[in-house]
Formats: sequence, structure tokens, C-alpha cells
Amino acid sequence: MSVGHALLGLLEGGPRHGYDLKRSYDERFGADRPLAYGQVYSTLARLLKNGFVEVESEPGAGPERKRYAVTDAGVADVAAWLAQPEKPEPYLQSTLYTKVVLALLTGHDADAVLDTQRAEHLRLMRELTRRKDGGDLADQLVCDHALFHLEADLRWLELTAARVQQLAAHVRP
Amino acid sequence: MTRWAADLALGVRLSVGGGRSGWVRLGLIAAGVGLGVTMLLVAAALPAVLDARADRADARWVETQQTVDAGAPTVLTAPVRSVYHDAAVEGRLLQPESPDAPLPPGVDRQLAPGEIVLSPALDRLLASNDGAALRGRWGEEVVGLIAPEGLTGPGELTFYLGTDELTPDTADRLQTFGAPRGDAEAMSPVLVLLALVGMVVLLLPVGIFVSTAVRFGSEGRDRRLAALRLVGADAAMTRRVAAGETLAGAVLGLGLGALLFALVSRVAGSLVPGNLSFYPQDFRPVPWLVGLVVLLVPVTTVLVTLAALRQVVVEPLGVVRRSGERRRRLWWRLVVPAAGVVLLHPLVTGLDASAGTQVMIVAGLVLLLTGVALVLPWLVEATVHRLGPGGVAWDLAVRRLQLDSGTAVRAVSGIAVSVAGLVALQGIVGAIGALTAETTADTTTYQASVLDIDADADEVAAWTRELSAARGVTDVGTLTSLAAEPAGGGALGPDEVILESGPCAVLAQEAQVGACTDGDVFVVVPDGAAAPPAGSAYVLDGGGSAPWTLPASTRSADPAPGTVAVMDGGGPARILVTPGALAGVRPEVMAVTAYVALDPAVPDALDLMRTAAAQVDPRAYAASIEARGIATALGGIRQVLLVGTVALLVLIGASMLVNVVEQLRERRRLLAVLVAFGTRRRTLSASVLLQVAVPVALGLLLAVATGSVLALGLQVAVEAPLSFDWAGVGTTAGVAALVVLLTTAAGLPLLWRLTRPEGLRSE
Amino acid sequence: MATEPLLVAENLHLRFGTTVALDSASVAVHAGEVLALMGPSGSGKSTLLHCLAGILHPDAGRVTYAGRDLTAMHDSERSALRRTELGLVFQFGQLVPELTCLENVALPLRLNGAPRRAALRSAAAWLERLEVSDVAGKRPGQVSGGQGQRVAVARSLVTRPRVVFADEPTGALDSLNGERVMQLFVAAARETGAAVVLVTHEARVAAYSDHEAVVRDGRVRTMEHVR
Repeated sequence: MSVGHALLGLLEGGPRHGYDLKRSYDERFGADRPLAYGQVYSTLARLLKNGFVEVESEPGAGPERKRYAVTDAGVADVAAWLAQPEKPEPYLQSTLYTKVVLALLTGHDADAVLDTQRAEHLRLMRELTRRKDGGDLADQLVCDHALFHLEADLRWLELTAARVQQLAAHVRP
Repeated sequence: MTRWAADLALGVRLSVGGGRSGWVRLGLIAAGVGLGVTMLLVAAALPAVLDARADRADARWVETQQTVDAGAPTVLTAPVRSVYHDAAVEGRLLQPESPDAPLPPGVDRQLAPGEIVLSPALDRLLASNDGAALRGRWGEEVVGLIAPEGLTGPGELTFYLGTDELTPDTADRLQTFGAPRGDAEAMSPVLVLLALVGMVVLLLPVGIFVSTAVRFGSEGRDRRLAALRLVGADAAMTRRVAAGETLAGAVLGLGLGALLFALVSRVAGSLVPGNLSFYPQDFRPVPWLVGLVVLLVPVTTVLVTLAALRQVVVEPLGVVRRSGERRRRLWWRLVVPAAGVVLLHPLVTGLDASAGTQVMIVAGLVLLLTGVALVLPWLVEATVHRLGPGGVAWDLAVRRLQLDSGTAVRAVSGIAVSVAGLVALQGIVGAIGALTAETTADTTTYQASVLDIDADADEVAAWTRELSAARGVTDVGTLTSLAAEPAGGGALGPDEVILESGPCAVLAQEAQVGACTDGDVFVVVPDGAAAPPAGSAYVLDGGGSAPWTLPASTRSADPAPGTVAVMDGGGPARILVTPGALAGVRPEVMAVTAYVALDPAVPDALDLMRTAAAQVDPRAYAASIEARGIATALGGIRQVLLVGTVALLVLIGASMLVNVVEQLRERRRLLAVLVAFGTRRRTLSASVLLQVAVPVALGLLLAVATGSVLALGLQVAVEAPLSFDWAGVGTTAGVAALVVLLTTAAGLPLLWRLTRPEGLRSE
Repeated sequence: MATEPLLVAENLHLRFGTTVALDSASVAVHAGEVLALMGPSGSGKSTLLHCLAGILHPDAGRVTYAGRDLTAMHDSERSALRRTELGLVFQFGQLVPELTCLENVALPLRLNGAPRRAALRSAAAWLERLEVSDVAGKRPGQVSGGQGQRVAVARSLVTRPRVVFADEPTGALDSLNGERVMQLFVAAARETGAAVVLVTHEARVAAYSDHEAVVRDGRVRTMEHVR
């Protein structure tokens, strides 16, 4: 669902054409995997159906000339998404990064995103720690593996938090 | 060689570029070395001061046996000895015999009878409120001041009084003032010994202090050296860098010392008693001694640094202390003081003034006192390992000392050496005092006496009248010395006698006469003199018209305690006669001694009486009976000793303070942690104080023991009665302990600052 | 949380010179809970801990411990409180190097006036509880970092405090040692019912806590309480 939230977040900056949206997305988040046009338009169609975006038609408009704008419901959906921690699992970086950048773009508190996520990570880590204390060696090793991965994620989060100011200067136009 | 220079230079650069801690260390070393250098320069200036004083004293010296050229202008002169309060005032009577009579140095005009020139110090004293009882003692006609070239020092109390009452019989006739006093003033072995002990006692701690100062902040320095090792310096190189660093501090210290000396030289003259005072311009260090200081101080500091570095191994990753768990051994530490004792044997076997003996004694003293500094670390270590548990503060302090007593002991060894020396010095000064002081004289009836009254029978009455008229004088009794010659002639024989006459109360001052009524006659026979048999006939006027016979009722009496006869022994027999026993005889009076009773309620009664006596005859010597002796002369030496001791204690206090501050700094994090978990400040302060107090107590114990033994040796050397001055030793040790504890306490505010929670932050 | 918190900081302000260390920081610690204070370096978490423990005095704001206003207390009262009801563990350098480990643990009891013997006895019991009885007679310089921290933990708990403050207690240890110290520490604290305020930047250490508060730029964000 993150591509949809990303597009909504980008639209909070003002109405845009589909092509512009793809370009903005690729610039910010798509370094490795640029979005296909098809995915942009199918996502926008779904957002339109859910009432998160609306279309501003221009005179003499073809399908390429449609401009999309975010609705209030769309703004609320982004906010809710940002406030919701991701389920702690390995390799969350791209999602978390998207969230942080979007939070900054949309004027949300990026620190809050990080703190919320840390709380969620810690919840799982506490559970793993408890399980490890009571478990046998195999349990301990498995738990440790998970704990170290989760910690690595959190460290990356801390680093991101520390760089928020730099990032903000870089991201905000 | 260039490598050496480069490494030394690097050390110098590191010391001045080592950031704040580098500067602090440099400052501490410079301050320590500076204080030490100041003391050394002061010592180096003493010979110059003594020379200058001696030169000026020579220039006004009165050569009593001067041969006078016929027709040369001459002056008659006689000394005046007086005392005001406790200060000696020694002046001279001048009676010019022609207008171009010689003048003493510093006096620019001839004095008419009654005219007086004063030393500036005496002038100030007379003008001050303090001098009230002195006014008028030698008249009021002050016509000028004595210039500095006529004074030994600015504080000297002296004067020249013009007179016309001198005769060649009662005075010296001079053609010129001044004469080299030559060997007349050569110091006795006792005084040489005193001076030697004094120098060693005062200067040895300076050496110890300087070598302690070099180690200020050495922990931080070692860490810097470790960092150098990390970037590739080898062990020899770090030693040279360390030497360079110390050298920078030592050179800075030399400069600081010179500066401090310049300040001290302005005030030093006023710190010593007036009769030992000197002019600032005389306070110039002897050049070759200065050279020695400039050369030896930096060399010593570098050597000490290198020796200290042998105790640690500076590795690239940090500093390892070698001391570790290794216990200190006693035997080699005892070798040094034992050698000192061996060298000091002339003290017991016989003292002479030869240079060899002096060198032996100085070397012996240095070794013995250094031995104190060597034995102390062992003593402290051995003791603290046997100390049992106590309160928390005590445990913290003892455990700290058990783990590392070296730091604490280094600070204390200077104190121990000083106190050992001072105790010895006090022992000898006290013993000399005991040798001469007169504490047993009877002062119940009369409290003062006027000696050397050159008078005839008529004047005795005048003296009695004048003295009685002085405020504060309640009674005057006179003892007249009579011219007594054996009737058969031959005054100077085994049957020579002294015949003195006075009322019973006065005779009681001279001998233990017991029950006495007018008409009694007593005879006092000192050891070695023969008692004149009853019936011996004398003539009492040198002519023959006053014959007198020793009556059969003559009783024998022991001399009064504290009289010259008791002190010195010998001398001819004395016949003491009450006036009734001389009824009908008109003896010729040779001299008079007046005994004076003073009103204790009148302040300054003694000095008012002295003034009255001087107005009758300035040459008469008026003094308190009690203080008759040289105890007052030793007072001056005591005061110099006191000034030296105070300077030494200041030095010790300063080094102690630095030491405490350094130890606290080193442990700031631990102290902050202790405060964080609720340790009472009281407990922490007590622990810091105990950490200092335990080694200090042990040091003082060792010092008092060594010093007392040394004092006994010195007392044997000067043939004084063996005595142990508990009060003096207690005072010295107590004051030293107090100085240490006070300076440590002065470091405690820093403890509060260091223990603020900021200290918890990791660096 | 239904019960009153044991230790509350309200709107603490503190600056060192021109640096703002605490800027309206508030936090609450409940009896028996383990609270992790997290946050980047220099965020003020250690400063907050020092304020909570009554070591530092805030410029403004209030710290209340068991209903008593710490900020209004005299320094000696706060010291007495730290001796009796609060415990402290630091990252390193907290053991008195001259004393043996056993004497170090006994020290807080003796500061409270306990007789030497009794203090040493209960210190020995605590060393055993933290599995370091074998270092009792050694000096801190002679034991490993992990052993030293366990001794420090034993010392912080020996007075049976109601709150133990731990500032990066495993900061100087490797994972295995750090983990063991945390296991023993938290278990022992829970056993005695002591609350723990734990300053750490390591998530695996914070995972021993019941919940965490994040300190950032001198402010505290208390995260939702999860048990």
C-alpha cells in the first residue's frame, strides 16, 4: 500500500499530472526501482475510487492531461498511515524511509514516525527477550538472531532521526 | 646530539602547547621551582648582607689601643649600652677635643655637649607612642640623623651623644674611626656549628620541595608521553621529551624565582630583628652562588624527572606503574642515615673549627636528614599495612595509602626533613640559652639593677635620690664597692678580697645571708679562693686613714643563685658588710650598684627607671635582674630562626596544597561518584584529611625522633647540659601538622567543586 | 496506571552555560517498573537521570519522590535519600579502586552507619546473587569489566533501594557480558521490587525494560505503556 500513500503524500504539495507524479516518486524513492506508468495510473485509479484523490479536468483534456488532487480523505489516510507503525520485520528500510520523507514533505513530525516505530520494535524485542530468558539454547540463538536484526533496523532509525535536519533541508523544495 | 636537541625542543613545545593541563603542569612546576629558587637566592644573598654589615661596622669600629700621633685632632669616646623594652640600644658618647676631631661614619658635624644624632629607627621609635618611656633618656637636643653608611642596617637603634664629661681615664682617645676587626670577631666553633645546621636545615627541604614540584601533574604528562609512543616514539625519546618538558618549567621557575627574590629583597630587611636588619641594596646574591643555582636547579629537575620516569613504563597504550605490589625494603634506606651518623662523630668526640670537620658535619647532616626522607616511605608503607579497620573515612584513607603511599609520602618528606632539622636546631639554641640564661635570680625585693656606676660617696646619695624620683620606682638600695687592700699591702695575691657594703636587703641579692641585721658581716668564698681569716686587717681608702678589721662574728654565706659567681665560679673572696659594721670608718667608694624595686602596676617602670639612670650618667647600665644574661641575645637568633621556619612552612604548605589539589583532580570522577551515591561531605573530607594526616603523623614522629637524637648530639658538641625541650618540639611539630592540615583543608573547597555532578560525565 | 507514580519529574529546565540540557522535560516512574530512557547522545538523558536521582538541581520544574519534593530538599537530605532509598550504577569508574569488591559493595551500608561485619555479610550475599562471589577479595583493577559491573549492580541494590538509576550500565561491555549483567540486574531488581531507570542507547538493553521514554533535545516523549 505504500506506493499509494507515497503518491497521496506527494499530491499534498499540490495537484499534478500523472507523469509529474511518476517523476517525483522516482526522484525521491525510486532510485533502484522506477515506477511503471501502468502502476501509477492503476494506483491513481484505485485512489480515485476510494475517494482519496479527485481529478481536475482541463479544457481539451485527454487522458494525459488529467491533473490529480488529494482530497481531505486522502490527507487523513496519509496521516493515519504515518502514525501506524509497521510490523517489525527485516528489510523495512524502503517503507520506513518513504514514511520519513513523506512525513517531512507533508509537514508531519518525522521524529514521531521514528519513535512510534521504535516502540513497536521494542515491543517485539521485549517479547523475544522474555522468550529467550525462559528458552533453551536453540530458542536463545533464534531469538538472538531476530533481536540483532531488529536492533540493526532501530539503529538505522536512530541514524535517520539524527539526520532528519539534514534530510529536511535536502527534501523540502 | 641533534636528536637530543630535537627531542628536548619537542618536550618544550609540548609543555607550552599541551593545552590547559599542560599549562597547569608548567605553571605548577614553575611555581614550585620558583619558590625554591627564591629560597636559594635568599641564602646566596646572606654572605653579601653579612659582608656589608661587617664592612660598615668595621668603618665605625673603635680601636681602643689606638696610638695617637702627636698633634693630630682627636676625640674622646665611650660606649653606652642601653635596652629599651627588649631591644638593645647601643650608642656612643663623643667629646671632640678640637673642631676638626674625627667624626664617625654617617655623622657630618661635631656634637656640642648634650647634642645627639640618632639612627632613623631610633628617631622613629622616639617619635612614636611606643617610645614614651624612652624620651629624654639622652636629652632632647636632636641635631640630625645618622646616614646609612654609619649604620649596619636600617633597623639599628643607635646614637651619638655629645658630652664634655669624659676624661682619657674613662674613655678612649681616637684619631680615626674604623679598623678591621680581624680575628677578634672570628666565630666560635659553636656559632659555626649553629650556622651550618641552620643552613642545612633550611635548604635541604628546598631541595626536596623542588624535586617534588617537578612531579606535579606527572600523570597527565605520562599520558601525553604514551600518546607519543603510539605515534612511534621510542622509550629513550619519551625520556628526552619529558626532560625537555621539565626543563621548560625549570627555566620558567628560575625567572619566577628571580622575580620573587626581587620582591623579597624589598621586605626581607624588615622581617629580621632591628639589630640584624640590612639595607635592600646589600641584599645581592653572590654571583658564583647564583651561577650555581642557575646551573644546578635545571640539572636537578631533569635528573629527578628521569629518575621518576624509571618508576613507570610508558607504553603506547598507556602507563604502567612499576611500583605495584613490590614492598619497599629497609636496609638500603638505612645506609644513608647511618653514614650520616658516622660522619657526625666529631660532635661527640670533639669539635674544632677546621674546614675538614665542617665538611664532615655538613655532609653528615645532609645524609642524616636525607635519611629521614628515605626511611619515611618504608615506615609509612609498613605502618599502613598494619592499620586495622575503622570508620568509613578511615578505611577509605587507609586503603588508599595501602595501595599507593608514594604520592602522599613525597609530599610529607619535605615536612619531615624540615621538622627534624628544626627540632635539632631548637635543641641546640635552647641548650645554649640554658647554658647562659639566668632564671633563678631572686626578684622578690628588687627587680632591676643599675651597674657600672662610677661614683664617689657623695654621688651615691644623688643616685638614690634621682632613681627614687623616677615614676614606678618604689625603693632603691645601693651596694657600694669599697677599695679594700690588705693592711700589709699586696692587693693582688691569694688574699685579695672584694669588699662591698649595703643594707641587708641588698646583700641578700648577692649571697644567701639568711638572718641579717645591721652590723653583720658575711664572707662569700668561691671555689678555688681562700677564705680570709677573722681578724684580717684592711685599709679602705687606699691611704691608711680608714683601717678596718674583719670581725670574729663574720659568717660564711653561699653566693645567691644566679649571680656571676655561681655561673662562672672562681674570682676572689667577697666580704659583704652592712653599714653598721663600718661605723666610724670613711671608706673610699669605687663603684656603686643600685638595686631598684619597681611598681608592677606602672607600665614601662623598668624603662622609666633606665631613662632616669641615663640622665644621671648615660654610661650606667640599667637592666632587669631577671633578664641579666645573654638570653636576649639569643632572642635575635630565635627570631631569624622563626622567619626561616615560617618561610619553610609556607613552602611546605604551598607544596602540600598543590599535592592535595593534584590528587583530588586525579580522582575527580571517583569523588563525584561517591557523592552521587550519597556519601556525606563530612566523610569525604575526613578521608582526604586522614590520607594526609596519617603520613604526616608518621613523618613527624620520625622527624622528632631523628631531630631529638641530633639535638642531643649537638648539645654534647657544645657541652651544654643534655635537655629535651618538650614544649619547643611540641610547638614545632604541632605547627607543622597544623600548616599541613590547614592547607589540606584549604584544598577542600576544590573537592566540592570537583564533586559536582559534572564530574560524572565521561570524557 | 491506577497507582500513583513513585517518582515524577515535571517540566524540568536546566541549562549548562548556553547549552540547554533539559527543556520542559517530564517523566514518571512507577514503583517496581523498569523504564528505559532512550535517545541520541547529548539529548539530555543522563542529565534527566541525574535530576531524577537528586544529584543535579534543575533550574526550574519539580521532581517528586514518594510525595516529597526533591527540588525543595537540602543537599544533605537528598544525599541521605541517595544513601538509603536510591541506587546508582554507572558505565565505569564507579568502584573505589583501593577497596576490595566486597568492601565496595558494603560501602553504601557502612555510609548508612551499618556495622562493618553486618555490612560485609550482606555484601557477600549480594555478590553471590550476582554470581561474582569469587572476586570478593579482589580490587576493582584486578577484575574484568563484566565482573566489575556486576559488583556495581550489587552495590546499587545492597541497600534495597526503591529506585535504581543505571546510566549505560553495559556501555563498556561486549554483548554477552552486557546481556548477562542486564539479566541479573533486572531479575534482582524485580525480586526486591525496586524500580529501575535505565539510560541506554542500545535497543537490546532497552528490551529488558517494561517501557521506554525517548529524550530528544531536552524533552521527553513517553511511549504508550505496553506490558
